[in-house]
Amino acid sequence: MTPEEWTAVRLSLLIATTATFASLPFGIAVAWLLARGRFWGRSLLDTLVHLPLIMPPVVTGYLLLLSFGRRGPVGSFLAEEFGIVFSFRWTGAALACAIMGFPLMVRAIRLSIEAVDQRLEAAAGTLGANPLWVFATVTLPLCLPGIIAGAILAFAKSMGEFGATITFVSNIPGETQTLPSLIYTLTQVPGGDAAAMRLTLVSIAISMLALLGSELLAKRIGARRQTA
Amino acid sequence: MSLDIDVDHRRGNFRLQARFTAAPGLTALFGRSGSGKTSLVNIAGGLIRPDRGRIAIDGQTLVDTERGVCVPAHRRRIGYVFQDSRLFPHLSVRRNLLYGRWFARGDGGAAADLGSVVELLGIGHLLERDPDSLSGGEKQRVAIGRALLARPRLVLMDEPLASLDEARRAEILPFIERLRDEAGVPILYVSHSVAEVARLATTVVILSEGTVAAVGPVQDILPMADAADGGAVLEARIVRHDETFHLSVLESAAGELQVPRLDAPAGAHVRAYIRARDVMLSLRPPEDISALNVLAGRIASISATTNAQADVRLDCSGAVLMARLTAKSVDRLALAPGRPVYAVVKSMSFERS
Repeated sequence: MTPEEWTAVRLSLLIATTATFASLPFGIAVAWLLARGRFWGRSLLDTLVHLPLIMPPVVTGYLLLLSFGRRGPVGSFLAEEFGIVFSFRWTGAALACAIMGFPLMVRAIRLSIEAVDQRLEAAAGTLGANPLWVFATVTLPLCLPGIIAGAILAFAKSMGEFGATITFVSNIPGETQTLPSLIYTLTQVPGGDAAAMRLTLVSIAISMLALLGSELLAKRIGARRQTA
Repeated sequence: MSLDIDVDHRRGNFRLQARFTAAPGLTALFGRSGSGKTSLVNIAGGLIRPDRGRIAIDGQTLVDTERGVCVPAHRRRIGYVFQDSRLFPHLSVRRNLLYGRWFARGDGGAAADLGSVVELLGIGHLLERDPDSLSGGEKQRVAIGRALLARPRLVLMDEPLASLDEARRAEILPFIERLRDEAGVPILYVSHSVAEVARLATTVVILSEGTVAAVGPVQDILPMADAADGGAVLEARIVRHDETFHLSVLESAAGELQVPRLDAPAGAHVRAYIRARDVMLSLRPPEDISALNVLAGRIASISATTNAQADVRLDCSGAVLMARLTAKSVDRLALAPGRPVYAVVKSMSFERS
C-alpha cells in the first residue's frame, strides 16, 4: 500500500473512533430520554434523531456546511470564542460521522434500556440509591451489551460515511480524505482499479474486525457476570 | 419504633382507605388478594404516592399530602423484600448484599454487619455465587439480607414466600422468626396465608376491600379473620418429647396438647394454630376416642356463618379456641353461650408450618 493509502486508513480509524466516543455520552442520554422520558416534544426529539437516517447524506452534509462552516452561525461562533474549527478539518469529518451514526447508536441503546427491568431499579431505590446512582449501578451495567452494540454500529457507519463528509469537509488528502473518499477518487482516475480493490478489502477487514471485537467484548461481559 | 399510616388512594374503581399503626415486632397485613395489601406497602415504601394522607415513622413525617411532603423512596430508610426477590443479576450475592450499605451512612436503623446477617440467614456458602444460580428460597434469604444491610428503620415484606413451594417456605420461616425476635427491626408483612400469619405475626391488620377491618394482637384477631380456614392461635411451650410415639407435649393456657414431634428443644416457645374445622365439641368428657387432645372450656359466642354452619368461639381458661360446626350439630347439642363443653382436636390435624 502507498503512503497515501496508509494515511487514508489511519485517518478513517481516527475519525471513526473520535466520532464514536464523542457521541456516546450524548447517545446514552438521548436514548434514556426516549426510553424513559415523559415530556412534551418527545416525538419531535425522536424524529430529529432519526433525520440523518432518512435524509440524503448530501443534504445532511450541506446543512452542516451551512451551520458549522466558517461563515455559518454555529461555526463562526465556535471559531471566534473557542478557536474550534470544523470546516475542512478532520474534526469536521468526525462531526459528520457522529451525526450520521447517531440514529443507529441511539436505537440500539434505547432498545436495551427499554429491556431493563424497572422493578430492579425500584429495588435499588428502596436500598437507598438516588436516581443517578440507580442509573450508574443498575441501569447502565444491565444495558452495557446494547451500548456496545450501538457503539459498534456507529463506528461501522463512520468507517463507511461518504456523502455527508465529502460535502461538509471535502476530500483533502491527509486532512479529510477518508477510506471511502480515496476509493471514490481512485475509481475516477485511469488505472486506479487495483488500488481501489486493495482499499475495499482493507475496508471489509476493518468492519469484520470491529464486529468480531464487539462479539468478544459481549462474551467477556457475559462471562464476568457468570463468575462475579 | 412505630409506623403510622393514614392514607386514601384511588385507582380505577378500587379505593384504598387505610389507617393503622404498626408497632414493634411483626405486623401482618392480612387479607384476600385484591384487598389492597400490596398497594399499601408500596405506599409505605415510597413506590406509590397516595392521593391523600399521612405516613410517619417514629413521628417523622414521610408523607403529608396536605403540606405537600413526600419523601422519595431512597431517603425513607425502609427496606423492601419483594415477592420476586429482585436481586441484581449483574452482581454477585456478596455485592447484592452490600449494595444498600453504601447509602446507609449516618445513624439510626438497626445495626447490621455482613457477618451477623449472613449468619442469621445461613447464606455464608452463597456469597460468591451468581443470583441466577440460586434456588427460590436462597434468593429470598439473600433479598432479606440485602434489605437488612441497608440498615432500615422498617422492613416491608410483600408475600416473600408466595412464589415458593412448601419445602422452601418451611426453610425460610425460621429465619423470619429469628429476624422478628433478634434483629430488632419492625416488619410489615403482607400475607394471605393464615398459617404464616398465625406463626409469625405479633399484630394483625385485616384488610378487606381497601379498608382496615380489624387490628390487634394475633390471638384476638385471627379467630375473627373471615378466611376459609379460620382458626385460633395458642401460645405454647414444649414440655417434653415422647420419643416412643414421636410426639411433642405442649403446655398452653388452654391445657396440654400432644402434637407430632417438633424439631425444637424442650422449653422452646411455639405457636399452635388450630383450624376451626379440625375442632370437634362434646358435652361430656369423651372416652375411648382416638383423638389425644381434649380441652375443657366454655362457649363464649356462636355466630352462624351460613345457613348450614356456625363458628363457635370457646373460652378455654382464657385462651380462645374456634370450632366450625354444622348448624345441625349446634341445634342437636343445644349449644349456647355459657355452656361448658370439651373441645376435641386430633394430633394429626397439626402441621408444622
